[in-house]
Amino acid sequence: MSTIEEFRAETRAWLEANCPESLRGAAAAGELVWGGSKVEFGSEDQRLWFERMRDKNWFCPDWPEAYGGGGLTPEQDAVLQQELKRLKCRPPQINLGIWMLGPVLLEFGTEEQKKRLLTPMTRGEVRWCQGFSEPNAGSDLANIRTSAVDAGDHFVVNGSKIWTSYGDKSDWMYCLVRTDNSSAKKQEGISLVVLDMHAEGVEARPIDLISGKSTFCEVFFDNVKVPKENLIGPLNGGWTLAKRLLQHERSAMSKFGEFSLPTHFDLMSILGDYLPQSESPSDIALRARARACAMDEHAYNLTVQRMGQQARAGQDVSGIAAIMKLVHSEQEKQKFELLVDAMGYRALGWDGEEFSEKEQAISKAWLLSYTQTIAGGSSEVQLNVIAKRVLDLPDAPKGGAK
Amino acid sequence: MSLIYNEEQRMLLDTAQEFFAERSPVSALRAMRDRGDELGFEPDLWQEMTELGWTAIPFPESLGGLEFGYAGMGAVFESAGRHLSASPLLSSIVLCGSVLELGGSEAQQENWLSELMSGSKRLALAVDEGARHNPEQIALSASRNDSGFELNGNKVMVVDGLGADGWIVAARTGDAANAISLFIVPAGAEGVTLTRQNLIDSRNTARLAFNQVQVAPDDLIGELDRGAEVLNRALDRGRACIAAELQGACEELFKITLDYLRTRVQFDVPIGSFQALQHRAAWMHVDIELARSSLMAALEALDAGDAQASQLVSLAKWKVGQMADKVSGEAVQMHGGIGVTDELDVGLYFKRIRVLQALLGDADYHLDRSASLLESA
Repeated sequence: MSTIEEFRAETRAWLEANCPESLRGAAAAGELVWGGSKVEFGSEDQRLWFERMRDKNWFCPDWPEAYGGGGLTPEQDAVLQQELKRLKCRPPQINLGIWMLGPVLLEFGTEEQKKRLLTPMTRGEVRWCQGFSEPNAGSDLANIRTSAVDAGDHFVVNGSKIWTSYGDKSDWMYCLVRTDNSSAKKQEGISLVVLDMHAEGVEARPIDLISGKSTFCEVFFDNVKVPKENLIGPLNGGWTLAKRLLQHERSAMSKFGEFSLPTHFDLMSILGDYLPQSESPSDIALRARARACAMDEHAYNLTVQRMGQQARAGQDVSGIAAIMKLVHSEQEKQKFELLVDAMGYRALGWDGEEFSEKEQAISKAWLLSYTQTIAGGSSEVQLNVIAKRVLDLPDAPKGGAK
Repeated sequence: MSLIYNEEQRMLLDTAQEFFAERSPVSALRAMRDRGDELGFEPDLWQEMTELGWTAIPFPESLGGLEFGYAGMGAVFESAGRHLSASPLLSSIVLCGSVLELGGSEAQQENWLSELMSGSKRLALAVDEGARHNPEQIALSASRNDSGFELNGNKVMVVDGLGADGWIVAARTGDAANAISLFIVPAGAEGVTLTRQNLIDSRNTARLAFNQVQVAPDDLIGELDRGAEVLNRALDRGRACIAAELQGACEELFKITLDYLRTRVQFDVPIGSFQALQHRAAWMHVDIELARSSLMAALEALDAGDAQASQLVSLAKWKVGQMADKVSGEAVQMHGGIGVTDELDVGLYFKRIRVLQALLGDADYHLDRSASLLESA
């Protein structure tokens, strides 16, 4: 048996012995464990799985052992991922630090930073959040204003961030700040820092959405001191790192998606419940829309599969990858619009006894679907990216056409 | 389920691309149209295609085929689509060849299959009768008499029906909805009137009128009243190949359109720098990718004998058809004035795409079929 096959056999045996049965298969919302200083377990199995994977150094299996990683070769890591997938093991924890900041630190961090910041990640001790968007820097991310002013051995940070997921529950933030206002290009005066969310002057407030409570926060900085050793990469060189982080965001989101149950509503059965089965043109049209919706979803799922197969065959998938977020979010919105149209008044309930739980869940999911085509790069930004990077269409001239 | 071409299929794709680019570019179709060519394809080209072995691709080895499957056929059809290359591959091999493979007697297979593959003979399938594809409502009748069957009725949109050595005709032989039988009617049979239907795509399309046409008992394919299943399976293969041809045509037309957006200057800038056009082009790309996945699933399902094959074929014909209408319409619009002139090849793509979209079921037909397959599942 080759070394890699021995590794596969050992890994399979270990996972079978150590991954609790209850943690194999998709998880409903709220059933995933978020690592951090205030980690909470919904069950004893969750705690066991978390601790076993931590002690095996497999939170970050392919990171160097020097920082607490598992030190696996890419080949071994691929085998581990296959075996995890084979058993349908849920991730022992969700951690944006590991999935997004970690790879950037490994690439751009100093030796001291790697030791100081990566090691707690590999122990699942720190929960990370991302401080990118600001009230005036959404799609135009380079427009950030949150300032970090040099004060000798530290920076003084002032300003605010918005759309920070779990900002109120996180221990640390990786954050884009403006360190130079004088450069001609706004991308050039930006730096990446990490900061302690428990520091004085940091306040995180959850945001209520049109659908009600949300996990998004607004985060305010009032003269927050950030030690100079928390600058990642070069001063004013944060834009390159930010772009790299966003590349990791896509794979992080897809990992997250893989293990979450989709908010599943069976279109046809709901239509059956609410739609009068008449042969009026509008009812026929609604049923046709429903079928088209289901077929579009099928085409999307096949495209996800095809992308995976092309990637494994070593083919370029950038053209397909660029459409995934756009298509999925737009289809979700269309699906809920259809449901709401079919349900009529029954989709308009907010709370109370008048509307069933399912009806209220659909109303909320419909309202929430509007965040999907905006968050994580709006549909318009996705279309810009496809036009420029995939289709190679020319940039608009500065100042517009004459 | 594999949704990508394997190494061998990719090699076939490359060969087919090169072959059609060199031997049957769009200019060949234009020249054929301009001289009013009756046959609608080049016999020499067809002969070369048979010599390359492409006509043997879908058949089992026991019948003299290569057993290379419909993913392989898809590769050839999408290449033909890119260059608008015309040939009877759909009519004679995919449709009629499938009917004989799936339902024919040994004698029928012996008489016809090897000659179809070698190109020395050609058959065309006669199914549709009305303004839309509707194989569930066949009216042409075949009634039994002393010397076999007598056929009466009309067929339209018979692909490559002109100059064929015979037609496979779907006829009603009973009152039950699916009491359909399939007959081989040799060319020259008395009572058959053949009329050319001049379509926007300049291909070989015929109307066939059957007036007391006598057919021998030996020319019934399979069992009486039991032809619907064989017909449906053959049609599904045809639909998947049409979807492949559409996909190829649309990808090429999209490429032509992107080139135009990059180079056409108005208001002192390339028009492709306008966000209004960029976003529309990006949506075309999205639809092309989604359609491609549906197409590959259909081809694979046919080869795997998947129970979901019909559902996936309808998904593909629906998705690819919808995409094709959008991409071809946008291609004309984005080209502006020149886009509606005959001089530009864009119009030739537009017209062929519209015919393929309608052929063997447009997007609406396959949406309905998908729904009814789901109900009967």
